Amino acid sequence: MNKKNVSLYEEPRIGVFVCDCGSNIAGHLDCADVAEYAKTLPHVVYTKENLYTCSESGIGEIKKAIQEQNLNRVVVASCSPRTHQPLFSSSCAEAGLNPYLFEMVNIRDQCSWVHMGKRADATQKAKELIRMGVAKSAGLEPQEAIESSLIRRILVIGGGIAGLSAAQALSDMGLEVILVEKTPSLGGLLQQVNRLDTGKTARETLDEIIGDVRSRSNITCHTSATVQETGGYIGNFNVKIDTEKGMLEEMVGCMVVATGAVPLIPEGLFGYNGKTVISLMELEQKLAKNDLSAKRVVFIQCAGARMAGREYCSRICCLIGVKNAMLIKEKYPLTDVRILYRDMQMYGTYKEQMLWDARGKGVRFDVYSPENAPVVADGKVKFFQTITGKTLELDTDLVVLSTPLVPRKDSAALANMMRVPTDQNGFFLEAHAKLRPLDFAADGVFVCGSGRYPATSTEARTQGIGVASRVAAILFKEKLVKSAIVAEINPESCVGCKACLTMCPYEAITYDPGKRICQVNEILCKGCGNCAATCPSHSAQLRGFKPDQLLAQIGAA
Amino acid sequence: MLDVGRHPNIKLLAYSELEKLTGEAGNFTATVRKKARYVEEDKCTGCGACREVCPTPVIDLYNEGHAERRAIYSWFAQGIPSTHTIDPDHCRVLTGKKCGICQKKCQAGAINFEQKDTILELPVGAVILATGYDVFDPSRIPEYRYKEIDNVVTAMEFERFLSASGPTEGHVYRPSDRKVKAEIAELENKVRKSLKGLEKFEKDHGMTSAEFYAAHQNGSLNPTEALEKDRDKWLERYSAHLEHETPLLALKEKAKGFKSAKKLAFIQCVGSRDLRFYPFCSGYCCMHAIKESIIAHEHDNDTHSVIFGMDIRAVGKGFEEYKIRGGNNSNIVYKRSRVAEITKDADERPVVIYEDTKEQKVKKEPFDLVILATACGPVKGAGKIAETLDIQMDRFGFFKTDPANPLDTTRPGVFVCGCAHSPMDIPESVAQASSAAARAVQAVMKKTDQKAS
Repeated sequence: MNKKNVSLYEEPRIGVFVCDCGSNIAGHLDCADVAEYAKTLPHVVYTKENLYTCSESGIGEIKKAIQEQNLNRVVVASCSPRTHQPLFSSSCAEAGLNPYLFEMVNIRDQCSWVHMGKRADATQKAKELIRMGVAKSAGLEPQEAIESSLIRRILVIGGGIAGLSAAQALSDMGLEVILVEKTPSLGGLLQQVNRLDTGKTARETLDEIIGDVRSRSNITCHTSATVQETGGYIGNFNVKIDTEKGMLEEMVGCMVVATGAVPLIPEGLFGYNGKTVISLMELEQKLAKNDLSAKRVVFIQCAGARMAGREYCSRICCLIGVKNAMLIKEKYPLTDVRILYRDMQMYGTYKEQMLWDARGKGVRFDVYSPENAPVVADGKVKFFQTITGKTLELDTDLVVLSTPLVPRKDSAALANMMRVPTDQNGFFLEAHAKLRPLDFAADGVFVCGSGRYPATSTEARTQGIGVASRVAAILFKEKLVKSAIVAEINPESCVGCKACLTMCPYEAITYDPGKRICQVNEILCKGCGNCAATCPSHSAQLRGFKPDQLLAQIGAA
Repeated sequence: MLDVGRHPNIKLLAYSELEKLTGEAGNFTATVRKKARYVEEDKCTGCGACREVCPTPVIDLYNEGHAERRAIYSWFAQGIPSTHTIDPDHCRVLTGKKCGICQKKCQAGAINFEQKDTILELPVGAVILATGYDVFDPSRIPEYRYKEIDNVVTAMEFERFLSASGPTEGHVYRPSDRKVKAEIAELENKVRKSLKGLEKFEKDHGMTSAEFYAAHQNGSLNPTEALEKDRDKWLERYSAHLEHETPLLALKEKAKGFKSAKKLAFIQCVGSRDLRFYPFCSGYCCMHAIKESIIAHEHDNDTHSVIFGMDIRAVGKGFEEYKIRGGNNSNIVYKRSRVAEITKDADERPVVIYEDTKEQKVKKEPFDLVILATACGPVKGAGKIAETLDIQMDRFGFFKTDPANPLDTTRPGVFVCGCAHSPMDIPESVAQASSAAARAVQAVMKKTDQKAS
């Protein structure tokens, strides 16, 4: 597209479009008067009042005026830039004007809405806001959108169910995957699990998926391998992987963290000894080997979870406890099975159904409170039965401690290397708890599975597949295009004080020790302006919000 | 929502329903009925001028029936698209009466009473079902007396009360008090009218109606000829006036004591984890109750809440911490109990009858407001959707999937996410939505690959 490039020396020719928004604006201030006033402002060569500037005819008016009046700046006084700036600036571009030469003034929210019923005041404020917008627009400079190449290859760290599912889904989309697994075998935590809640064995499920992943030509699996270094930015990350065959250097467009979590070993809890008091994972192994002789089994839920120092609920241990209790009852119907719990976390449809079914099979459930926790000693479990108000002593052959999943010890180091955050419990922290559960705040880096938060195998698989579409939304594009509103640092005047470096929340600024100046990575920069506000020598400036532009706007206030 | 509305690759067909799906994964034809809005989408700018002049009030279901909207409306203020819609069941013109005020008011010329439903045939490669859920109707549990007791509401109604743009502007007023206030407003209106009817007599005869009435009652009325003529009419009008004023004064006196609700009871698992209704757990209601109590407490620091639940299922990331914080900072008490019955005391206060499982005692406790955590169930019409798409439902009435392929329904190329899949919270729904998108892309690409080879 041939965008009109405006030289700084060319006299500004500003067009101002005042929107009535039906009666939404015009009902509460005098739009005709405002438009008339705009004509008197410096460099304004054209003004127009529209019933609806955003309607097809309103947009048509802007385009026509750019061409016929040879406008080189456009100011629209209407509603919120959050909703309408993209429409107006792209319309400018369609008419051949650089879209960064557009400025918007919000006379709806800031005038007609907040000063409803004060027509004269609202009209006056609209005039003043337009005067400021026009003053700023005169100094606007044309910008070119920033473009960057994209490498259509993805690094997936972790070969458990989440990472495997992500790799499968990405490969299905025709993208190349490098899967890095620290241990010698793929499968993650599920390798230690006997049967899944789906009825299948974990091994069957894993073999199916691993076989498929191994058979794909566009997935490269590195086992016994670790990621040593990551650098670069979205679309162009460079990574170093330590493999059995030596150090590999690869370029990838996106990275996925699927490193999982580990079950807590309940050392020092409830008399844990690995023999008569074991963990859930040890029970899984026993059941897999058909090695269960106990006639009286007691599960204690929340062993090492939901307590001071580890407040969180691990989400999946109730399910695993009930699943195993039912397996015991199915195989050894005469075995007495009790579950001592605080809250049974059987959320959703089929998990709650399992809880009903477990009761039907004769599994007994009893509430305990953490202030009055069960005591395991000498083959007995002593606990206060809340519902009867009595303390019971249960003769027990086997105590199973349902322990939570905890973050891997090395996840902090990985987080540090990849420059992604972790939460107060040490799990990876996503960009937004509700709306962006699979993204990191850093562009091009994603998270799935129990490394984010404990997840069932189905949930981990869902998240792994979900990451694939987050990645595809980036890598299916021809190139990365982003807004030109980013910071720049003038190398002539920068003294290398690094004040901006500490202020940048996106790690977009680096220090060049050779030149002794700071530099902005345009791809990482999100245009927040922190550096510009901090820089003592005004070397760091934000495009579209430079000091002379803002001072002109403030000066007109 | 805004992003979706503005996305160049997304064509948004709101107020539309799928009628038929033929073909196969990668190559479906979807028949969609785009219902008549009676407002032209390309012309309507969403300014809302029509709404302001529409004379027809309709119960606003977005506000759970606690407010009114107009016959021309948008479902809520920030809705996408912002195009307004005329409700054909209530609009005067569309029900054969005279009106058309909105049409005169609309400067964009967007109102079109002649608009008809349109049928679209869309070639699509995959279908994603995100049809959500419907909440359980608590009046099916007679012992909770929902609808019989004004101050027993659902969590969704309470959500609207807490909203600054909701019917109570974020204040937690008791519905029974709001009812009285509405009655007062109605009576005041009537009193204003009846006073007008008395004005002329009072002016003509130089005394207030009360003086006139008192004199008439004790026989001290000094009848002039003119007064004699007006007497019966005046008497009649004054007693009609008193008929409104007496109850009005009584209600006003009563309303003086009204305070916002400070003591709240949240009752969990209403219709869920209950073999009579839904055997499953809705997953999100425990956190919803905690969130609502925290917000109510933020709004008014004197608010105290009791959450009655069998288990408090705070199973998501940061949820247990949030629950503990609610207990420590927001006056929330968690009581393990399934509430047996709700009755009412003389002051319209709901009384919760429950077993305190810690003390092994049956207790009765009055509250200002009771909030029912109504279950998340399959959407009404799920059966019809399943039939239209030729997919199976699971035993609970949601769309059936296989745990190994958790987004795939029983028909290839048709995927499901969110509460159409099973009850779940927002992060789970969002993660699932991304996964369903990935599966859909794969289905489309597979077909493209086949064509290419």
